[in-house]
Amino acid sequence: MTAAIEVIGLTKTYGDLRAVDGVDLTVGEGEFVGILGPNGAGKTTLLEMVEGLREPTAGSASVLGLPAWPRNAALLPRIGVQLQASSFFERLTAREQIHTFASLYGVAASRADEWLERVGLVEKADSRVEQLSGGQAQRLSIACALVHDPEVVFLDEPTAALDPQARRNLWDLLSGINDSGRTVVLTTHYMDEAEALADRVAIMDHGKLLVFDTPAALIHGLDAPTRITLTDGEVLTTREPAVEIARLAEQSRLDGVRVQTGTLEDVFLDLTGREYRA
Amino acid sequence: MSTPRTSRATPFWALSRAILRGFVRDRTAVFFAVVFPLMFLVLFGGLFSDQSVGKVDMIVVGDVSLIDDLPADADASFGATFDVTHSDDLDDAIAQVRKGDADVAVEQQGQTLVAHYTQTDPAKAGITAGALQALVDGTNLAVTGQPPTYSLDVESVEDESLDTIQYYTPGLLGWAVAMSAAFGAAATIQGWRQTKLLRRLQLAPVSTRTVVGARVSVTVSVALVQMAIFIGVGALFFGLTLTGAWWMAIPLLVVGTLCFMSIGLLAGAITKTQEGAVNAANFMVLPMAFLSGSFFPLEGAPQWLQTFSQVLPLKHLNDGMLDVMVRGEPWTAALLPMLFLAVFATVVTLIAARLFRWETT
Ligand SMILES: Nc1ncnc2c1ncn2[C@@H]1O[C@H](COP(=O)(O)OP(=O)(O)O)[C@@H](O)[C@H]1O
Ligand SMILES: [Mg+2]
Repeated sequence: MTAAIEVIGLTKTYGDLRAVDGVDLTVGEGEFVGILGPNGAGKTTLLEMVEGLREPTAGSASVLGLPAWPRNAALLPRIGVQLQASSFFERLTAREQIHTFASLYGVAASRADEWLERVGLVEKADSRVEQLSGGQAQRLSIACALVHDPEVVFLDEPTAALDPQARRNLWDLLSGINDSGRTVVLTTHYMDEAEALADRVAIMDHGKLLVFDTPAALIHGLDAPTRITLTDGEVLTTREPAVEIARLAEQSRLDGVRVQTGTLEDVFLDLTGREYRA
Repeated sequence: MSTPRTSRATPFWALSRAILRGFVRDRTAVFFAVVFPLMFLVLFGGLFSDQSVGKVDMIVVGDVSLIDDLPADADASFGATFDVTHSDDLDDAIAQVRKGDADVAVEQQGQTLVAHYTQTDPAKAGITAGALQALVDGTNLAVTGQPPTYSLDVESVEDESLDTIQYYTPGLLGWAVAMSAAFGAAATIQGWRQTKLLRRLQLAPVSTRTVVGARVSVTVSVALVQMAIFIGVGALFFGLTLTGAWWMAIPLLVVGTLCFMSIGLLAGAITKTQEGAVNAANFMVLPMAFLSGSFFPLEGAPQWLQTFSQVLPLKHLNDGMLDVMVRGEPWTAALLPMLFLAVFATVVTLIAARLFRWETT
């Protein structure tokens, strides 16, 4: 697997604050990586250094084998970016918006229209961006990031500030965007989102990268007991769930039980000693 | 909606079109760029420009030696102000004045010149009274053996320097362009910074030059449209007449636009919100408009104020435009103002660039 993104010792300090602190990260081509962490963890700063928007204080980042900083004109057409805020031209319609971005990348308007369709905004094509709902604006923003068919996509908290329903709807769209072998890096402060979408999850806190692995491996590596909740409310904690479940089956008490293994939340708790709070 | 040929616009055109659409759809911006200054033009033009409306219709009743015996040069000057017809019927003449068919009826009773006129049209009444008074005064002087002053100075009744509309069109246009250029730049820099659009554009394969170029060319185009509208309205409705080198106002206005965009940039760089930026731009441009003679001539202002106005870019823009558009100065009269504006723009842009921060916090 060749590396789409290679980050070595990446650091950004603001005065005494180490916003990003010596992060090493290698993302393979075609991988979907989630960067998970509470607000202020340094996700955006890390992403913006990899995109080439911010100069690292120390360390280096390269994308598709090219150094990210200083801004590399050869790299720009090959990466797609959705910034944390919805960066739109004021008072343009959804269609005008994506057509403008298409033109910036030398992409035909027809391709832009295809993207509008793909993100389900055909009916809203003539609405001004100010009139779109949060979810619709995020869809448009994602379409604008992808309109030139980039090899690597960065999405900074695309589901932040959306209601749960809109968030789930967006997952369908997001889970499909690396089907064609595209590399995707997405930041989020939602545990379930990282778990549902990402091949590998990097957990960040206070500027540091704590772990980077598949969700399953992270939870598996966690030395946490399994919780079995019975219908009568009794909770059994065990390190050998198979044995326990067999016992319950013998007693015919298996109906309606809930088996909970560890979650990413437990992983975070385990790593930091604090409860996860987005 | 778009033809296949334009379906792949260049980045420059795509950006320009996006920015222009954003402007045209911003009612407030359009109002302050075009409608608001135009209201002033109509107001000032309509209020004060009656003096230049047509000649005064005069009926001379019987023999009025004072008028009939005017020397040739004074007669020509007199003829520029009055349309003279003769009549022998005083009652009929006064009736015509009452009906508004004529503006004044004049008769001579011995040594006294009697003028019958109405106050319906104060401007014409003023001209009539002034011109006739001058005529009588002049004659008196001549009769008393003083050096003959038969040179009837009808012009003195009107604004000696410039007609209202001639003065206000360039001045208000200067103010309008200053406002829209400064507001546009200030709002853009703040808005784009806040939505991170500026960052987003940095990540697109377009150069900073293209982005800035698109923004500037939209503002310059808007300024030229403002100019066309002002000149059009002034000429069509208020009798504005341009003088020879008026076309020099175009490059002058372009440099002026750049200058006020730089002021808007500065306003955007030193503020944290879009509203703050527009307010800061307003704070710089509005007082400047007063002190640069956009709303009233500075001739009557104290000397220190006139001196101070010389450091204001709008003063130079206004003066330059007055010179080439209505004062009949040669095209070279615009060069010095252009130089001043260009230097001002450069300095302010450099300051703004130094003060600019990507982050608003
Ligand atoms: N331009 C900046 N100047 C000073 N501090 C900053 C700046 N940008 C971010 N920070 C700080 O760096 C830390 C990480 O921020 P950020 O990368 O935005 O976190 P996240 O995206 O994970 O919420 C925060 O404490 C934030 O306040
Ligand atoms: Mg962030």
